[in-house]
Amino acid sequence: MKSIQELEAIRQRTLNTINMRKDNQNTRVVVGMATCGIAAGARPVLLKFMDEVANRNLSGVTVSQTGCIGFCRLEPIVEVYSPDKEKVTYVKVNPDMVGRIITDHIVNGKVVEEYTIGYYEKNNK
Amino acid sequence: MFRSHILVCGGTGCTSSNSLKIIDRFEELIAQNGLAEEVKVVRTGCFGLCERGPVVIVYPEGAFYTRIKVEDVDRIVSEHIIKGRIVNDLIYHEDDVKKEDAPALSEIGFYKKQHRVALRNCGVIDPENIDEYIAFDGYKALAKVLTEMTREEVIDTVKRSGLRGRGGAGFPTGTKWEFAYKSQSDKKYVACNGDEGDPGAFMDRSVFEGDPHAVLEAMAIAGYAVGADQGYIYVRAEYPIAVKRLQIAIDQAKEYGLLGNNIFGTDFNFDIEIRLGAGAFVCGEETALITSIEGNRGEPRPRPPFPAVKGIFGKPTMLNNVETYANIPQIILNGAEWFQSMGTEKSRGTKVFALGGKIVNTGLVEVPMGTTVREIVYDIGGGIPGGKKFKAAQTGGPSGGCIPASHLDTPIDYDSLMAIGSMMGSGGLIVMDEDNCMVDIAKFFLEFTVDESCGKCTPCRVGTRRMLEILEKITDGRGEDGDIEKLEELANTIKSTALCGLGQTAPNPVLSTLRYFRDEYEAHIYEKRCPAGHCKKLARIEIVADKCKGCSLCSRVCPVNAISGEIKKPFVIDQSKCIKCGACIEKCKFGAIIKK
Repeated sequence: MKSIQELEAIRQRTLNTINMRKDNQNTRVVVGMATCGIAAGARPVLLKFMDEVANRNLSGVTVSQTGCIGFCRLEPIVEVYSPDKEKVTYVKVNPDMVGRIITDHIVNGKVVEEYTIGYYEKNNK
Repeated sequence: MFRSHILVCGGTGCTSSNSLKIIDRFEELIAQNGLAEEVKVVRTGCFGLCERGPVVIVYPEGAFYTRIKVEDVDRIVSEHIIKGRIVNDLIYHEDDVKKEDAPALSEIGFYKKQHRVALRNCGVIDPENIDEYIAFDGYKALAKVLTEMTREEVIDTVKRSGLRGRGGAGFPTGTKWEFAYKSQSDKKYVACNGDEGDPGAFMDRSVFEGDPHAVLEAMAIAGYAVGADQGYIYVRAEYPIAVKRLQIAIDQAKEYGLLGNNIFGTDFNFDIEIRLGAGAFVCGEETALITSIEGNRGEPRPRPPFPAVKGIFGKPTMLNNVETYANIPQIILNGAEWFQSMGTEKSRGTKVFALGGKIVNTGLVEVPMGTTVREIVYDIGGGIPGGKKFKAAQTGGPSGGCIPASHLDTPIDYDSLMAIGSMMGSGGLIVMDEDNCMVDIAKFFLEFTVDESCGKCTPCRVGTRRMLEILEKITDGRGEDGDIEKLEELANTIKSTALCGLGQTAPNPVLSTLRYFRDEYEAHIYEKRCPAGHCKKLARIEIVADKCKGCSLCSRVCPVNAISGEIKKPFVIDQSKCIKCGACIEKCKFGAIIKK
């Protein structure tokens, strides 16, 4: 190592993978992964989120899972928690939808309305 | 990228309660469930709550699992890792009261009042992975001093921070650096004192085990400041995990060019080597340590000349303790003012304490200087088990003294401890309750120093042994008038005439227990009685005649036939035969036999 830039590059690269260990205000993507979620295909969704976050080198985003969210009929369910914002719940998520959620919502802060639980319930009565 | 990190404590404490097998089992189950790409198992350094080991923390939830057994791993994986449901009954709950929600780590009493500077990475990073250290600003301070600061500026920053030596004596660190900097020589050395001899302290080991790069980085900074290109870490061979991780860390740092020649493209060269100590207490004394590094028998020599003038191989040497070094990178990065903002006026920053003895949360804590003994023992340490009463806390191990209950609200810093006859020492804090005999405690510590005295000077070699003999006499019930005075005379003579710190401080436990618990000494000598009921030879076992039914059970169990009597009439114990083994007390069904 001959420069501070090299040190900084290692720092950035590694920090993204381990900063979930510090108490900080991150954007959290939580995938419902109880039996119902797994049966409905939550795992590929979770993996896709992890891939996308890693590929785009997003810092301050953690992807994790939780148990049954309650709406088993709408699984796979993904919840996005951003600091100081209301939680957003996406339903019937499949891996193809992940890219848009990341680009529009997580990177640009624009909620993808037509994937949300509110939109789904309104249009599927 | 991993969605979850399972951190398992790999410090010495948790390792000896099976944490390595727990790690293996986690890895096995994670592979079996095809989760190897999603979940990472990390072996970290010490989390501090050793009493509750083995400790496992699962992120991002921050779920704090304690006293985990290998069998519990299956449940954590199938419930928490696969289904995202925290296993509540394995989670640590204060006072063992199970609550609905798992408490956040920062809300737990043990962690709430702590402020981690020296231990900031312990239990957070993988100590065998330099990248994780770099991720949390590692080696940034070294880069800063090499590219932006002059040597004088570095020394000035350390001086202004108010940092004092964490090895015990509390000498201002910046001043020490300045001495070494001003010494003129073609070669200088930087050394790290990791010879943690106090039997109750283990913070240095934990820093080595949990965050070895912090020490390497700080030594390189010190090397730059004082003009040294070679560093030695002196560590005990009885700390195998620490030694191994240090070596891994040194190798990684060399590979990255953070040690070696032309660090960060400058003309600064620095290398570090490990020197193993054989576990002699005296080698924690700086001149003995230097002698030992040179390959000789570890014995002290008179000062001056101080090591900053004449140290390793006769060259100027800057020697600091492990915990002192662990503070340096943070001081450089955050500034002297930041460090000054913590602690008390004359003792800045934080101090790590190893809690032991009669306390609920045995372990390692780091608090700002000026925290009171009461806060450490009760709020962080969780108080004394069994509802017993606090009697005293011993700080500074065999070189220190005790703090009695009347001084529970003393803020802990170098000077206030000195004022009440104790000392900071390395930071061991042993709590004693009403069952501890203070004469026996003093004897225990003196036994240690008698064993560890190197024998070079007479006051220490002979004097401490004479003191121990008097203490043995007292606890055996053979104490006589004048013994206390003789102890005091010996203690004061040894203090003022011994060659090194070991001898000069060896009488401290006796002097401080005499200061606060003189009545206990007097009870032993004049009344032949141990108030705590601890000293076996002074105990008296008696049969209460009113309660005795004359069943003869006691006389049959007595190994020395000291009990006799007539059936259905009260029995009596022949005190001249009784060996105070207590077998009769255990056997008696009527509670008629008591120990006085």
